[in-house]
Amino acid sequence: MIFTIAGRELRSLFLSPLAWSILAVVQFIIAYLFLAQIDGYLMLQPQLATIEGAPGVTDIIVAPLLADAGIVLLLITPLITMRLLSEERRNRTLSLLFSAPVSMTEIILGKYLGVLAFFGVLIALLALMPLSLLAGTALDLGKFAAGLAGLGLLVAAFAAIGLFMSSLTEQPTVAAISTFGLLLLLWIIDWTGVNADQTSGLFAWLSLLRHYEALLKGLVNSTDVLYYLLISVLFLGLSIRRLDADRLQH
Amino acid sequence: MQKEVLVHVEHLTRYYGQTCAVNDVSFELAKGEVLGFLGPNGAGKSSTMQVITGNLAPSAGSVTISGIDLLDNPKRAKHEIGYLPEQPPVYRELTVDEYLQYCAKLNRIARGHIGKAIDTARERCGLGDVRRRLIGNLSKGYQQRVGIAQAILHTPAVVVLDEPTVGLDPIQIREIRALIRELGEEHGIILSTHILPEVQATCTRVQIINAGQLVFADSIAGLEQRLNTTSLIAGFHAAPDTGTLQQVPGVTQVDTLPDGRMRLNYADTDPSEALIAQAVTNGWRLYELAPERRTLDQIFIELTCSDEPGSNTEAAA
Repeated sequence: MIFTIAGRELRSLFLSPLAWSILAVVQFIIAYLFLAQIDGYLMLQPQLATIEGAPGVTDIIVAPLLADAGIVLLLITPLITMRLLSEERRNRTLSLLFSAPVSMTEIILGKYLGVLAFFGVLIALLALMPLSLLAGTALDLGKFAAGLAGLGLLVAAFAAIGLFMSSLTEQPTVAAISTFGLLLLLWIIDWTGVNADQTSGLFAWLSLLRHYEALLKGLVNSTDVLYYLLISVLFLGLSIRRLDADRLQH
Repeated sequence: MQKEVLVHVEHLTRYYGQTCAVNDVSFELAKGEVLGFLGPNGAGKSSTMQVITGNLAPSAGSVTISGIDLLDNPKRAKHEIGYLPEQPPVYRELTVDEYLQYCAKLNRIARGHIGKAIDTARERCGLGDVRRRLIGNLSKGYQQRVGIAQAILHTPAVVVLDEPTVGLDPIQIREIRALIRELGEEHGIILSTHILPEVQATCTRVQIINAGQLVFADSIAGLEQRLNTTSLIAGFHAAPDTGTLQQVPGVTQVDTLPDGRMRLNYADTDPSEALIAQAVTNGWRLYELAPERRTLDQIFIELTCSDEPGSNTEAAA
């Protein structure tokens, strides 16, 4: 049942030009960043050759690329998630799901999985770029995998937040703006601590960025993984409750 | 005759904040019945239907579908319901076939039966010609039909249709009504509308709801009886005085209408024949004689306009 809903979600995404244009734009921007990183690496290469234990291709090209991809995805996630529930509510198609023998949890998880599948495609396309380096050089595949997993977790958290924001409103644009606001806030929330030089532990822990940085270095800490899973589960739970509340009061 | 009860609604109440939309509504629907739900705008028709289909939680009361409590066991109960809301819940970007395919899976039709179920629903709703077209490009009438197809796809015991003929042209309305009557033979149907002749054309039972309360519930036969009043309208070119008319056997009261015609109320025996006989012998020059019939509209207005307490309700009682 979850997969039925996820399948329709994915299908509807790809039936609209939005998904295709997002894929194209993201691919183009990441490709440009990728070329810029390679260019930078080629300039540095003579000096790197003289240093013992110098950072490799993975550190200089792949990690920054994935970090940039995180920011780009932060910008486009609200556009993908905004219509998940708000559009169904607006077009009155939600009652189709409500009167079918499907639970709220199945509806939310179906929608979430559909969107995750889209991001899976997006990340797979991004991953092809660093992988193309394998043709000419060796990559630290472990580090690369940790970075990709980090990006995946990051996007999973983004999508859960977006889904929740979409469940709150009838207007897709409102959902997009509020998702973007919350994501950006969670991204920069630790900046206060850094500037005042008195790192607030809580704010640093809350920051989406901090946990991603560790994964990009190839450090798979269970706390970081747990952080993303917690965020995702929290917002999915909130979405289910919000959807249930639709029946209780209008 | 033992009827299979499909929907059992008891003391249903629903508040929106302080506003009471549905107030202590109870009714039953048996198999083979088409129940017409009438009421002015905002009377609580749609709210009641949304509660029955699980789209709204009731503030109080219970709903049982085919013996399954909707609140305790929503998944199984919803299996027995097909619902067409006011706006057909269609995805504009899908084709008719894709959409029905999705609905079939959503309603947990077994994989092997999906094709057949879709074929049947499509045929019944006359969607054969548009099966590969995008729903968004179809006319309102066809979208409405897709919505109905979706509601009957999984052959639910109860089909709930909220204003199914709104926005359709007269031919489509006739087709949809025929379809509803046909469906009524195998399913229990609840239909809401504010088009009164529609109820007379399609339903076997009528309920009128006003300000959240049921104010009238009867079968169509009972309604027909209510429509027949016990009075005649007669027009004479050489009218006798009311006293003479009152002598006609059966007549209890005679009123003169503003246009010169007379209204003759009677109790038990219809005085038409006696009146005609006397008119001929006495040369009253009778030119019109018609039994007065109230329309459903009149009953509806009497029951729903609270500021105009029914002046002639007792005539029908």
